[in-house]
Amino acid sequence: MRKPQTENKDGQLEIGRTETGRTETGRLETGRTEKGRLETGRMEKGRLETGRMERDRMGGTGKPKSVMRKGESVRKRTGRDGHWWMTVAPLYLFTLFFVALPLLYLLILSFLTRAQTWGVVNEFTLDNYVKIGKPVYLDTFKESFQLAVLTTVSTLLIGYPFGYFMARLSKRAKSLMMLLVVIPFWTSALMRMYGWIIIFRSKGLLDKVLMGLGLTSSPLKLLYSYPAVLVGMVYSLLPFMILSVYSSTDKMDWSLVEAARDLGASRWTAFWTVTVKLTLPGILSGIVLVFIPSMGLFFIADILGGGKVMLVGNLIQAQLQSGRDWPFAAALSVMLMLFTSVMIWIYRKVAGVRELEGLL
Amino acid sequence: MKKRRYFRFSTLYQAVLLILMYVPILVVIVYSFNVSKNTTVWGGWTLDWYRKMAKNRGLLEALKNSLVLALLSSGAAGIIGTLGAVGMARIQWKSKAAIEYISTLPIMIPEIILGMVFMAFFAMLGLPFGMVTLVLGHTTFCVPYVFMMVKASLVGIDRSLGEAAKDLGASERRAFFDITLPLIAPAVASGMLLAFAMSLDDVVISIFVTGARTNTLPIRIYTQLKSGVTPEINALCTIMLVVTFLLVGLSRLLGSKGRR
Repeated sequence: MRKPQTENKDGQLEIGRTETGRTETGRLETGRTEKGRLETGRMEKGRLETGRMERDRMGGTGKPKSVMRKGESVRKRTGRDGHWWMTVAPLYLFTLFFVALPLLYLLILSFLTRAQTWGVVNEFTLDNYVKIGKPVYLDTFKESFQLAVLTTVSTLLIGYPFGYFMARLSKRAKSLMMLLVVIPFWTSALMRMYGWIIIFRSKGLLDKVLMGLGLTSSPLKLLYSYPAVLVGMVYSLLPFMILSVYSSTDKMDWSLVEAARDLGASRWTAFWTVTVKLTLPGILSGIVLVFIPSMGLFFIADILGGGKVMLVGNLIQAQLQSGRDWPFAAALSVMLMLFTSVMIWIYRKVAGVRELEGLL
Repeated sequence: MKKRRYFRFSTLYQAVLLILMYVPILVVIVYSFNVSKNTTVWGGWTLDWYRKMAKNRGLLEALKNSLVLALLSSGAAGIIGTLGAVGMARIQWKSKAAIEYISTLPIMIPEIILGMVFMAFFAMLGLPFGMVTLVLGHTTFCVPYVFMMVKASLVGIDRSLGEAAKDLGASERRAFFDITLPLIAPAVASGMLLAFAMSLDDVVISIFVTGARTNTLPIRIYTQLKSGVTPEINALCTIMLVVTFLLVGLSRLLGSKGRR
């Protein structure tokens, strides 16, 4: 499995080099625009600093020394504050060149045409997006979405009580529990999936335990099935939910719950009307943190689903490595990203509204 | 009375869930000592697989690659992220928020997209796929961990300390190295350790940006999981787990020092 993949990659590289005369210029152009943006960035900085300088002078923020220095000249003041740009320069450059630019390239790539044999032809097309509309691919999106929803709901139901109970522990127990939750999270995801393979395998650990107890008479054949993938997903993403619920429960003002109880609310009423509302930010951030990765964790579907469960992530991977249709893979990625952004946007919006409600 | 029952239920719940969390890990560890090659059969205890692993050149090479990769990318991220977070707190540029947002994108968007993006981008640039592309790819998702940790710790630091140093005649640089850096050092270290662990663990991005000759440990484990595993992998996972334990311990030690 591994070898053909890598050979492909090398092949691509070589062909890319001979064929991409056109792409080369394309890259140069983007490079130039990038620089242009950088320069405007610097110019903006100059302008902004003048702005601040004036503000400082007028408002007098209690730093007479630096104001005096700033007063000399915008260009000259490299002594005190001026060299801070040097500290952010690596972050700026790295972010622009290795995050912003590649993402931009992804967007461009998604509108290009796939070459007959290898690589990409610089011809604008919308075909890649039209192709997503095909039932086969739409179904994958639907299946992926369903699994993501199922995963998110399961982690919420399992993780909320855990995070909630965790916040009620004593300080020492809390930090111990935190450590215990974080350790599996830090161990290799693959190792944990491997553990599940051993457990789920036909005549594996689970089968042995269940048959030993007399609960089942024949192997369950859980490995390479939908439930196995779900378990793997919930298992890998649960810490995100636990930790976000915990952090918001921990910050919660318990006296409000006590007040509700004093006013005659039952345990449950107090929980549903006060605690859940107050921990909503944690619940929401947990949902986002779980939902987003669950659309793309292709290797869990691959290892525990054995090709039976197809996620958007698997589709992208297949397009890249065996289908060699990069523009289509790019279009799929753009759609997935749009989808993710919408989720984050909704989350921000909902969370914002709730915060307002809390104020009222 | 009521309170105690509540306490008991919560303890039970947490205990059961924790056991479930650790079972898959324990299973891998236990089977690394299994005489039988097959995980469905228990054949008794042995250390053979550790010996075999120590002689397996391919595995050791992959381990070495993984460590070098994690070291380089968390190191680069440590510099970029720390300097960036400290500088960002000082400057007032309009582009600040946008850059901050973009720089955290690598841990926000699904990994597969990041992998695909880098693969296409590096191919376009004509970079040779291998350690260079791996380090570049990993650094992008390591930076946010350091950046966010340092940024959070800067919030808690009394700004007047640095200003006091400057009023007493220290240069900006001196104030940074003598005052700010020691104060944020625990955050830098724990951010870098987290980045290190993430890099060591990453499989998705690595698969896309590695070349034919560069194998990392997770890639090797992944391909073996799909084709067929030997208990050598269990042994390797166990050793990695011990390493992770040490890292977590170190990071926590540094964290608690920072709080004091």
